[in-house]
Amino acid sequence: MITYLLFLGTLAGIYAILALGLVVSWGQAGMVNLGLAGFFGLGAYASAILSGAGVPIGLAWCLATLLSAAAGIAFCLLTRTLRGDYLAIVTLGFAEGLRLVETNERWLTGGSDGISGIRAPLKSLLPDAFPSLYLAVTWAVVAVAVVLLARLLRSPFGRALRAVRDDEQVAAVAGKSVMRLKCQAFGIGAALFGIAGAVYAHFTSYIAPDNFGVQITIYIFLAATAGGYSRLVGAVAGALAVMTILEASRLAATAIPGLDAVEIAALREFAIAVALILIIQWRPDGMFRMTNQRAGTRPVARPVAADVHS
Amino acid sequence: MLIAEVAQYMVNGLVLGALVALPALGLTLIFSVQGFVNFSVAAQMTVGAYAAWAAGAALGWPPILIMPVAFVVPGILGIVADRLALAPVRRRPGAHTPLMLAVVSIALNLALENALHFLFGGDLRSFDLAVERDVSVAGIAMGPQQLRNLATALTIAVTLAAFFSLTRWGKAMRAVADNADLARLKGIEPARLAGLATFIGMGLAGIGGALLAIDTSVDPSTGSRLILIIFAASVVGGLTSLTGAVLGALVVGIVGEVALIVMPPVYQSLTAFVVILLVLLIRPNGLFAAVGVRR
Repeated sequence: MITYLLFLGTLAGIYAILALGLVVSWGQAGMVNLGLAGFFGLGAYASAILSGAGVPIGLAWCLATLLSAAAGIAFCLLTRTLRGDYLAIVTLGFAEGLRLVETNERWLTGGSDGISGIRAPLKSLLPDAFPSLYLAVTWAVVAVAVVLLARLLRSPFGRALRAVRDDEQVAAVAGKSVMRLKCQAFGIGAALFGIAGAVYAHFTSYIAPDNFGVQITIYIFLAATAGGYSRLVGAVAGALAVMTILEASRLAATAIPGLDAVEIAALREFAIAVALILIIQWRPDGMFRMTNQRAGTRPVARPVAADVHS
Repeated sequence: MLIAEVAQYMVNGLVLGALVALPALGLTLIFSVQGFVNFSVAAQMTVGAYAAWAAGAALGWPPILIMPVAFVVPGILGIVADRLALAPVRRRPGAHTPLMLAVVSIALNLALENALHFLFGGDLRSFDLAVERDVSVAGIAMGPQQLRNLATALTIAVTLAAFFSLTRWGKAMRAVADNADLARLKGIEPARLAGLATFIGMGLAGIGGALLAIDTSVDPSTGSRLILIIFAASVVGGLTSLTGAVLGALVVGIVGEVALIVMPPVYQSLTAFVVILLVLLIRPNGLFAAVGVRR
């Protein structure tokens, strides 16, 4: 039971990192990344393959993060002159295309069998304490990400980002380089998806293409939405909520008599997707509740910093 | 020998392109009139395929009745899903509403796909048609069903062209697609055309799925597997041009099949993704978009 809880806790931490990435790119900069599962997978595979080739795990994590960020920035630059729909299409295509590569390049990725036996830090030294240690490592990454992002979003950069999100033209007139800000935010988001993938790969020690399907994208959108889109703490809370929903639905579905495993799985995915639709409908201004102050709409004295944190 | 081989791939590409043209037209129509990318066309393709399968294989209806079923079932389901899932989000206009709608539509796609998975299970369903001999002309072989698919797609394209150029509703839709503000100025309310656009768009996707299923088979992911090819077709066509969507589908279909000469078949979707990237690099508004028309 303890092992199970530690497992869920670590997984929730990984979801929290993903949700933080989405909050930066979607909540703060207004850019939709429908291929976050792809960046998650890219980070996981990159780190697994690199560490398998003898690269130290820490370095593998950094390289996986950089690779994912570079991919994100490249897609952002490619669609810079177009409506956000195009970025959504391209990132979704990236995730699907990457999954094809993962499934078919057996020499590199092990094909649909995936990669197993991925090394993990300290696992061989302390096999018993490993689950708790890794939980701590994962949540340390979450904490570092929250602290760094909070600083970043409170800075002029964060304010400029929200200005771009709320009205690109106004931000451009104010002298902000809209494209640069957007791609930076998108890159930071992609970097977080990448590091989440790396953490995931070394946690489960086994990855396969099926781990990086569109479902994970929906889970994380649900986590970010449930937490209020643009708030960092909300992303973490949302990740925990999604983890709870996932596990509760597993128990609830087994309680319904006469369903086989396939039907239960389908029902759960259906429920999660519907939950995301309902929550977007029910929280009309969720995404933009934390918008920048506009003249005359809020008390002037309120500090901008509260926008990011609270 | 090589020429014959390339010609064979091009014909295969034409068949694939004609099939993909239907959902791509649906996607483009909905984007033009409603202004957002509706990712659920993929699942609606599968809905059409299952509707056709249920009518044809389970109930034994003749092919002439199967196609209307494959059109109407996803069409109506599309309107219902639009009312239930998307309309509440659309009612709050804002700069980011189209992206919110895109996110909702991809959740909708997953929900529909899993509903089908729940109802029909994960097995492949086929129509158990008699095996027919390929038709061979000048060394290029084609299955009779592929020929029928090509004919069906062509018939539908001609019907649509007539609808858009001759009828009031069709002209109104084109006006909205060209410029929603100008159309509104002329008294055409885009919101009132939304339902019709969804019905036709999802119906087209459904027929595409049905044709694919008759030629091969259907399972819950039938449509989603084609999602990249569909989107590549629409992007090549510029996302708002109906003619562009058809031409784009043919381009993507032919490029995808001819690429098989050098690439393994599993990478056909990847070719489509590369096509998307190339078009965005070279001509972001699509290969066939008229200059000056923007949304």
